[in-house]
Amino acid sequence: MANAKVKKRRINSISVPAEIICHIVLILFCLLCIVPFVFVVIISFTSQDSIRAIGYSFFPKTTSFEAYNYVMKLGDQLWRSYFNSFFITVAGTFFTMLVTILYSYGLYRKDFKFRKFFTFWAFFTMLFGGGLAPTYVVCKTVLGLSDSYWAVIIPMLLNPFNIIVMRTFFQSSIPEELIDAAAIDGAGEYTTLFKIIIPISKPGIATVGLLSALAYWNEWFIPMLYIREAKFYPLQYLLMQMQTKVDFLVKNSSMIGAEASNIVSDLPSDSLRMALVVLIVVPIACAYPFFQRYIVSGLTIGSVKG
Amino acid sequence: MSKKRSGIKKTLFLTSMVLPGAIWFFFLRYLPMAGIVLAFKNYKVYPKNPTFWNNLMHSAWTGLKNFEFLFATTDSWIYIRNTICYNVLWIILGLVIAVAFAIMLHELTNKFVAKTYQTLMFFPYFLSWVVASYFLLAFLDPTRGLVDNFLLSKGLEKIDWYNTPKYWPVILTICNLWKNIGYSSILYLAAITGIDTTQYEAAAIDGATKWQQIFYVTIPNLRPMICILLIMNVGKIFNSDFGLFYTVPLNSGSLFSATQVIDTYIYRVLTATNNIGMSTAGGLLQNAVGFVCIMFANKVVKKIDEDSALF
Repeated sequence: MANAKVKKRRINSISVPAEIICHIVLILFCLLCIVPFVFVVIISFTSQDSIRAIGYSFFPKTTSFEAYNYVMKLGDQLWRSYFNSFFITVAGTFFTMLVTILYSYGLYRKDFKFRKFFTFWAFFTMLFGGGLAPTYVVCKTVLGLSDSYWAVIIPMLLNPFNIIVMRTFFQSSIPEELIDAAAIDGAGEYTTLFKIIIPISKPGIATVGLLSALAYWNEWFIPMLYIREAKFYPLQYLLMQMQTKVDFLVKNSSMIGAEASNIVSDLPSDSLRMALVVLIVVPIACAYPFFQRYIVSGLTIGSVKG
Repeated sequence: MSKKRSGIKKTLFLTSMVLPGAIWFFFLRYLPMAGIVLAFKNYKVYPKNPTFWNNLMHSAWTGLKNFEFLFATTDSWIYIRNTICYNVLWIILGLVIAVAFAIMLHELTNKFVAKTYQTLMFFPYFLSWVVASYFLLAFLDPTRGLVDNFLLSKGLEKIDWYNTPKYWPVILTICNLWKNIGYSSILYLAAITGIDTTQYEAAAIDGATKWQQIFYVTIPNLRPMICILLIMNVGKIFNSDFGLFYTVPLNSGSLFSATQVIDTYIYRVLTATNNIGMSTAGGLLQNAVGFVCIMFANKVVKKIDEDSALF
């Protein structure tokens, strides 16, 4: 028996005790990564009585769906924010991809006369910038960004890092002969890009697209700067506001007067906030195991070549 | 002749492709760079016609006053110290732990389990700091939190986490590692997987133990990448992760001695006092030092490995 087990192991592999230690260390760290989320899920299903009695606990006295019921009940602001987050993510990613692909394709073309200049134009911004205050002033006064979806999308539109990833991807996967061949066949520059280059660059596009979608979904700083009106709040910023103002949701729902104050008084505020966290994380938690591969390849290109 | 014309046409088309991006860079990156003059002005909104230019032209020059204010307070020493100390600590810890994890993941015999670990470790990287701040709140909340309730149940005094600065260097360090280690481990793992396996086989045949293989094959192979990432991080030593220092401590004023860094300071000056000149001055200092650091870092990288240099 023991013999068979030894044979199964690769010839040059670590000893069994060492491997067990590795497993223990890695399992502990993985638990550290996952347990807080599990804990928050448990809290979101804990009844307010149980929270009052014993605080947040992995083993609540009583469970309940009241937090999620309230989410349904005073959903106005919440659904609005959910929609905002989705809309900003989808529209933002679309425009980011469009502009990023166009720009990186220009930088990829060795026969582009101004290639050097535009490469510098993009990458210098990685080295030096105006900083927060002048950017804020320019966005506010020159571009007039405030209280709209554009106010979130435009400041995040481009990222030199994504341009590097995309250009590197073009360089490594598209032979220049292909472009020459398309030119000889009489295809215009745009036809070449949209009909030939983009269809064969799907993995690179997926990588950059996912990275920017993730950035839009998780963004709360830019809304914090440019958005005052609650109807444009994305989820992340709503959640951030609720760190201090738990009754924010009620204030901005359509309920008024006695009805609203009743709801505030027996609001399961603790579990409600955690339920919101769960609603934000669930789309990511469901999607990322499938997208992980693309994101890793993008980050690897970006960090080593970056 | 026709060849020349088609050349012009090509240049025109390609320029039109990069134009939207180039315009974006102009308005959102280069115009703010011109806005740096605000650091030397007392920025006031020009009430008659408050466009950017009018505001700029009608604000009085103040010379270096904004910079003086920046260093006049005793806070300035604290936030500069915090920024640099956290960065140095995290660069070292992040490197050692990530490389160790990457080697462990690589050595596991069961590849499926190793993949599962990777996926789980990567999870926090996808979350925002706002979400992470709620995770932490679940444990440290002063009335509901798990830790304080545990302390109470054991008959111990509870700790007011969000008002006691001395715990925060540790808490922030754990949060930062929690979020970023998975990502950097995977990065290093990708590099380790790329190492030619015959090197290990040759070492094993010559009787090298696993430890010797790690120190004489794996680490030397990782060295260029370690150097580059290390130097890049040194180049960013004056910058910090805003979300970590702002939302994770719930923007708590009593924690500033442990949580204030240059980025949060600039933001707070901008929003709390609306002092655009001073905030710009702070950002300018940060960017200028960052620029020098990056240039220096790139020089060093070039010395080590020409191909890996940034430019």
